[in-house]
Amino acid sequence: MKPITLTPGQLRAAEVLFWLALASTFFLAPDHRTLLSQIFIFGLFAVALDMALGYAGILTVGHAAFFGAGAYTAGLLAKHGWGEPFSGLLAALVVAGALGYALSYLIVRGADLTRLMITIGVCVLLYELANRLSAITGGSDGLQGMNVSPVFGVFEFDLFGKTAFCYAFGVVLAMFLLVRLILRSPFGLALRGIHDNRKRMLAIGSPVEARLRMAYGFSAAVAGVAGALLAQTTQFVGIESIGFNRSAEILIILVLGGTGRLYGGLVGAIVYMLVHDWFADLNPEYWMFWLGIFLIAAVMLGRGGIMGALSRRIRTKEHAR
Amino acid sequence: MTMTKRSLLAASAMAALACIAGAAHAQDALKIGLIGTYSGPYADYGRQFDAGVALYLKEHGGKIAGRAVEVIKKDTGGANPDASKRIAQELIVRDKVQILTGLDFSPNAYAVGAVATQAKVPVVVMNASSSGITTSSPYVARLSFTVQQVSDPMARWMLRNGTKEAYVVVADYAPGTDSLTAFKKAFEQGGGKVVGELKTPMSNPDFSAYVQRIKDAKPQSVFFFFPSGVMPPAFLKVWKERGMDEAGIKLYATGEATDDSYLDATGDVALGLVTSHHYSYGHPSAKNQKFVKDFEAQFGTTMRPSYFAVTAYDAMAAIDLALKKTGGDASGDKVMEALKGLQFESPRGPIEIDAATRDIVQTVYIRKTEKVGGKLVNVEFDKFDRVKDPAKEAK
Amino acid sequence: MGIVLFDGVAYGMLLFLMAVGLSITMGLMNFVNLAHGSFAVVGGYTAAVLMNQAGLGYAAALAAAFVAAALLGAVLEFVFYRRLYRAHPLDQVLLSIGVVFVSIAALTYFFGPTMLAFHLPPALQGQFLLAGLEFSRYRLFLIVCGVVVLAVLMLAMGRTRYGAMVRAAVDNQRVAGGTGIHVQRLFFLTFSLGCGLAGLGGALSLGMLGLEPSFPLKYMVYFLIVVCVGGAGTITGPFIAALLVGIVDVAGKYYLPEAGAFLIYVFMIAMLLLRPNGIVPKKGIA
Repeated sequence: MKPITLTPGQLRAAEVLFWLALASTFFLAPDHRTLLSQIFIFGLFAVALDMALGYAGILTVGHAAFFGAGAYTAGLLAKHGWGEPFSGLLAALVVAGALGYALSYLIVRGADLTRLMITIGVCVLLYELANRLSAITGGSDGLQGMNVSPVFGVFEFDLFGKTAFCYAFGVVLAMFLLVRLILRSPFGLALRGIHDNRKRMLAIGSPVEARLRMAYGFSAAVAGVAGALLAQTTQFVGIESIGFNRSAEILIILVLGGTGRLYGGLVGAIVYMLVHDWFADLNPEYWMFWLGIFLIAAVMLGRGGIMGALSRRIRTKEHAR
Repeated sequence: MTMTKRSLLAASAMAALACIAGAAHAQDALKIGLIGTYSGPYADYGRQFDAGVALYLKEHGGKIAGRAVEVIKKDTGGANPDASKRIAQELIVRDKVQILTGLDFSPNAYAVGAVATQAKVPVVVMNASSSGITTSSPYVARLSFTVQQVSDPMARWMLRNGTKEAYVVVADYAPGTDSLTAFKKAFEQGGGKVVGELKTPMSNPDFSAYVQRIKDAKPQSVFFFFPSGVMPPAFLKVWKERGMDEAGIKLYATGEATDDSYLDATGDVALGLVTSHHYSYGHPSAKNQKFVKDFEAQFGTTMRPSYFAVTAYDAMAAIDLALKKTGGDASGDKVMEALKGLQFESPRGPIEIDAATRDIVQTVYIRKTEKVGGKLVNVEFDKFDRVKDPAKEAK
Repeated sequence: MGIVLFDGVAYGMLLFLMAVGLSITMGLMNFVNLAHGSFAVVGGYTAAVLMNQAGLGYAAALAAAFVAAALLGAVLEFVFYRRLYRAHPLDQVLLSIGVVFVSIAALTYFFGPTMLAFHLPPALQGQFLLAGLEFSRYRLFLIVCGVVVLAVLMLAMGRTRYGAMVRAAVDNQRVAGGTGIHVQRLFFLTFSLGCGLAGLGGALSLGMLGLEPSFPLKYMVYFLIVVCVGGAGTITGPFIAALLVGIVDVAGKYYLPEAGAFLIYVFMIAMLLLRPNGIVPKKGIA
């Protein structure tokens, strides 16, 4: 099949179409609004992971540490009187970002495998910490009593998920544009250079470690915002948000979507969560079997995830991502 | 004559229409959303829920309070409050269920409780055992048990039996902490002394360090709480291997250690263990014997009914009785009112839904694991009647 | 103290037995096989079912577990894994996770979600007395097995032609192929061997760990810790790492129970920061 060629203009139109299509699901699938808002949130989380994994090349299965940190930040704020949603997001961004940057000093050393285990270790330790501090976090029972104020003071979080959808969609779109800005900036190009050929970047004097640390910090910050979104839209923080299983799940989502590509995380989240939900409805006991087959098929049929497969079919006139 | 005949005709027509309308209303299926775990390591829970529900419906011709029942079951894959909340919302908004039930994990129950309050839909909890669940929402009633409810009586029984000191071992998660607190409170209140505490991580392949530590401390007795599953058998294996019984240390636990679903697989290491819980498969009442017989007839003998299945069965019974009281009206407030104070006989014994707290009031039995007819059974030999959740009583 | 050390060593041996196969496959084929635990649990189920239902003896059950897991490994290697040797590690991760999901669902389907019963043979139950202290028979057996497997692997890798070929392929795959070594066949055999070892480890673990379908997900982290801290691709590396992990875990839980689950992960992070390439960095399988 001959690859389709698109001009940058057409590409941009495709992007706008994509977002419009997502927004329209508000009207087209009114019964699935909560599922959709969770898809957006996990899509953002996957995009955040992609910053670290796909762009900076840091292999990590511990990103739920930042997702959870953001969730607990927003959760604790909402529980103890400060229910304004946007400032909660901001606080989560700052806390998660700071945590990410602090931990980045550990991450930038050693080989892939070492980094992988360190990120897992840190994630598990934070989980244990959240469990230990159950008086503050609610432990394994979860954080309850969150009182999130209405968005803009007007839109309450309702049973039908309308506010949650719009809020999540808006924030995810905004954060996505921010991430895109960062990744298309000189900083982002430096990251790609480091990913492609680290030695060369060192040779041209690029501060590789500092760049990787910044990338990791940004990635953590965005993951934190995703976590806070989930906390605010569900008004609950389960300890699973900070657990290893969540890290593994988001990795699966990202790899399925395709790493190193801007839309990989979003596409992965849409496909994975819809497929999971569909299989779980069909067969609550054995959906895992079908999902496993789906994942194996996805890998055997094409490399680089869905976006990888797409990129083989669609070429752009200029080499602009 | 014609007038009377016509009016008679009209009257009978009206009556007929009313009957049809009434029958149509009665035929409106009652939709119940069952939120449980059907996949993953805890898939047994969902399986047991299904079995209990199916058994009750079979006994009652598939009807509750005269209405046909449609049970929509959804999987959460374990403790997953985000998914549970979303599923509850979808069940209410999309599938238009009138009642939510299931809920094996406490975080799931808390998350669903919040939805219940918003939507004013009654929730009948089939397992989650965190004390605060019934307080978190006025639309939640619980048919299962609380951790404190089964730990507290064990402490009292141990004291009654002459045990003066206890070493407490629990799994390090919320129910474990709850059990420790409740046990300690009751034990110390009665003059006993807790000589040591251990909180083991949930993921703990090897118990040798903990058991050795206990062996070196040489307490008079040990009380433990682990979630039902692989932890109790692992602990018991090491316990037996180290010869703790021979060293004279008595062992007590809550009934999760000898959960009927896992008892066979646990094997002989559980023999002689004294536990406290609200249901034993070997409970000698006529109702339970019938329940077990019907269960085995329908599901075979490989899967034993555990307290999950019994609670599911009772939850359906509670919904049935409540709807009979409200005359078929399934609106949230009416059903909750009807559930309060409900008393009936369960295969486990007599149970009641406390009118004030909407929590379960039931008999807690002290049992010993013995071989009966070649199979391991928790044989009840003592009990505490009408136990309420101590954590709420204290407030 | 002696008992705690003994217990720690035994636990470490168990981890080694289960994880050494992973070190071989990861080191040789650079394939991140997260489904390693699935082979272990298949071995466990094989042993349990044969002992419970066919009345097979323990030794025979262990052998059967090895064979069953090795066969499964061979089949999966042939059908799936060999196509992904040159693929991106993340694609390999996705494949192995797919395999894990399928294996968990399949085992649940055949054996149910709850635990399967397993009883150690009477010879291995209970304790024996030595120097005034009581030691567990089963744990002694684990230590013996671990040492035996270590010795056999070292001999196989160090003294046999096959071992020489494996070491060559680990050092430099292309040159090894150039000298006429049939690398694909080597991978096939070694992967099967690694999976067989996992199966053996899984069967041996039944005296301590519970046998249930979600076993692969629960214990994968421990295998990864042992392999990464020890040095993927070596045999002595994971052996030492497993010993350390076992001792730190058991001693930690004995002396500092409040530290609970923290200790082993703090230890792991510390070790990885100190020796990022593993205790025994890969210089070839030695």
